[in-house]
Amino acid sequence: MTAAGVTSTASEPRLASRGPGIAFILKKALISALVALVLFSLMIGIRTEAGPTGQLIYWTRFGDLAAMVAAVFGGSIAIELLRQWWGPVGTVRVVPKRVQGVMALAGRAIAPLLLIFALLVPVIFYDQRYILDLGILVLTYVMLGWGLNVVVGLAGLLDLGYVAFYAVGAYSYALLATNFGLSFWVCLPLAGILASFWGVLLGFPVLRLRGDYLAIVTLAFGEIIRLVIINWQSLTGGPNGVSGIPRPTLFGIPLAPGPNGLAAKLGIEFSPTHRIVFLFYVILALALLTNWVTIRLRRLPIGRAWEALREDEVACRALGINTTTTKLTAFATGAMFGGLAGAFFATRQGFISPESFTFQESALVLAIVVLGGMGSQLGIALAALTMIGGFELFRGLEEFRMLVFGIAMVLLMIWRPRGLIGHRVPTVFLRHSRAISSDLVKEGHG
Amino acid sequence: MDYFAQQLINGLVLGSIYGLIAIGYTMVYGIVGMINFAHGDIFMIGGFIALITFLILVSLGLTMVPVILLIVLLVAMAITALYGWTVERIAYRPLRHSFRLAPMLSAIGMSFVLVNYSQIAQGARVKPVPPIITGGYSLFEQDGFVVRLSNVQIIVVITTIVLLAIFTWLVARTRLGRDMRACEQDQTMAALLGVDVDRTISMTFVIGAALAAVAGMMYLLYYGLVDFYMGFVAGIKAFTAAVLGGIGSLPGAMLGGLLIGLIETLWSAYFSVEYKDVAAFSILIIVLIFRPTGLLGRPEVEKV
Repeated sequence: MTAAGVTSTASEPRLASRGPGIAFILKKALISALVALVLFSLMIGIRTEAGPTGQLIYWTRFGDLAAMVAAVFGGSIAIELLRQWWGPVGTVRVVPKRVQGVMALAGRAIAPLLLIFALLVPVIFYDQRYILDLGILVLTYVMLGWGLNVVVGLAGLLDLGYVAFYAVGAYSYALLATNFGLSFWVCLPLAGILASFWGVLLGFPVLRLRGDYLAIVTLAFGEIIRLVIINWQSLTGGPNGVSGIPRPTLFGIPLAPGPNGLAAKLGIEFSPTHRIVFLFYVILALALLTNWVTIRLRRLPIGRAWEALREDEVACRALGINTTTTKLTAFATGAMFGGLAGAFFATRQGFISPESFTFQESALVLAIVVLGGMGSQLGIALAALTMIGGFELFRGLEEFRMLVFGIAMVLLMIWRPRGLIGHRVPTVFLRHSRAISSDLVKEGHG
Repeated sequence: MDYFAQQLINGLVLGSIYGLIAIGYTMVYGIVGMINFAHGDIFMIGGFIALITFLILVSLGLTMVPVILLIVLLVAMAITALYGWTVERIAYRPLRHSFRLAPMLSAIGMSFVLVNYSQIAQGARVKPVPPIITGGYSLFEQDGFVVRLSNVQIIVVITTIVLLAIFTWLVARTRLGRDMRACEQDQTMAALLGVDVDRTISMTFVIGAALAAVAGMMYLLYYGLVDFYMGFVAGIKAFTAAVLGGIGSLPGAMLGGLLIGLIETLWSAYFSVEYKDVAAFSILIIVLIFRPTGLLGRPEVEKV
């Protein structure tokens, strides 16, 4: 149906094809509305709820049903019109030379500008706690995205259980700090090491698995970690979580009121904002560390091996690359950054519970990596900003948030499966660099 | 022995439900080569539609239980099948020639859409129903422990067997089944020989969703409740069943479902209820390590 509509507009001048299209558009919209009517008839038209006596009662909502069907009808027409206006899929839009030049300049300038802006955020928004908190949240996801990017973007291994390493890092710090009184800066590397240990542990069994299987096993792994955390109550506190996690200190000086606090030592008045600003710079430093390590690793043989593995595993083996160690180091490195981010999360929140480490979290980080173009550092940073910022817009509409997230993910895959911003280019290439066509590669295959 | 016999019965009933869902996974994987991540949530939608239909029929004053069950079954199958069709049409068909991870990610997005749609449309609270089918038989008694076989359990098992028979006939004997098997082997070649590939794939999703709807209804009858989040865990377990039996193999899916149901029930009975899901997921990992092709699956040839 759609193919016919698009080709007819492609071969003829745009305006001329409008006329005969209307009947087609209406017919299509009617069919969509009919399907929607059946789909929503019971789910939206009828609302069930446990009544006062415990018995289920129901009432009808035909108004909502009619509204939804009308929305589908209108939406279907709008989409079809947009499609005709946009032209057939795959058209290359010619961009003028000058615009191209400006865009290239902007592309080069955006990363340093973004970095300077990030450094200045606590200065500019010193009084706005909300923006600082949001900034910390965004940076946490930037770091998680960059960490997962090592596994998914560079090595091409689809990991749906990344949140497990985040959880391992968070619980490592929380338990070490509350049980043994270790400080944040001692626990941070420990959390990283423990998480990467779990990364290797997960890596071993899945070495032989192909893309989809790998995804489902990592998902199962993430769920196992979460279920163990919930049920091992004597260690983790179960669903109640761990509370009273110590805040980080600056070389042993707490950022707290009182004579021993940093404010008193510096002779300035104490303000709770100090700690927020400090946390902001800690996560910024951690994220930049992740970025720097990734960029450096890409220039080492191991980074080259990751990219080679992503492009073609069979060729990789034929060239004598040890795929076992290559995959394991990818898992371990990615997991380590997840663990570091987890430790930071624990110290920022002061309280953690298994609820923070659900599959939704993994999917969110994965969506950031995919949206960012899988492999592009800048793309992932922008994607995290867009996603977390977008989530904030839906604050107060809590239950619609994940619905919109799901719809966005589907639409994104249809519209730009390679990500919004970046496109991946191998670090080394023969003569000239070029983006790789999707049908030439098999991600996570082998 | 008697306690074991009771758990065996419970496990087989649970396994039938998993098996029905697992068939949807295995069929789609066989033909399109993707994990239909949203299939567990289709099962959940099926449960909800069965529940709502049941409520309406009861409030209309219908009292004959077999008639109610039949109508609920048909309505749930029909509407859920349309859900399956729509999901394929919107989220998977445009991605058929995209890169490998795209359909998987799109399916994850679709799964979120279905879960949150149900939550918004029907509320977050668990929906209990009074037992619809009561009664049962005491099989034998030993040391004061009665081994019981309830009527619900009988109905679940019989429905599963009947549906499997119909389904096997469909795949083995009909034009549609032949088309499906042709598409599984080589889509391009099948298209050249006049098989409508798009339609066949759509029908695969429709049949898978209809079977999931039956599973959802059986779940409702057996446990007496539905909630919007039940699709996630059930979906992973059914996928585990499909992998255990050998993905792409229909008898394998049913066998895997029964095994997962038995393992889960026996684990809960003899070890710990809390860790039953951990046991099921661990089996998934262990199977994939030692026998990635499953019990009845064919080994996959790695192509360059």
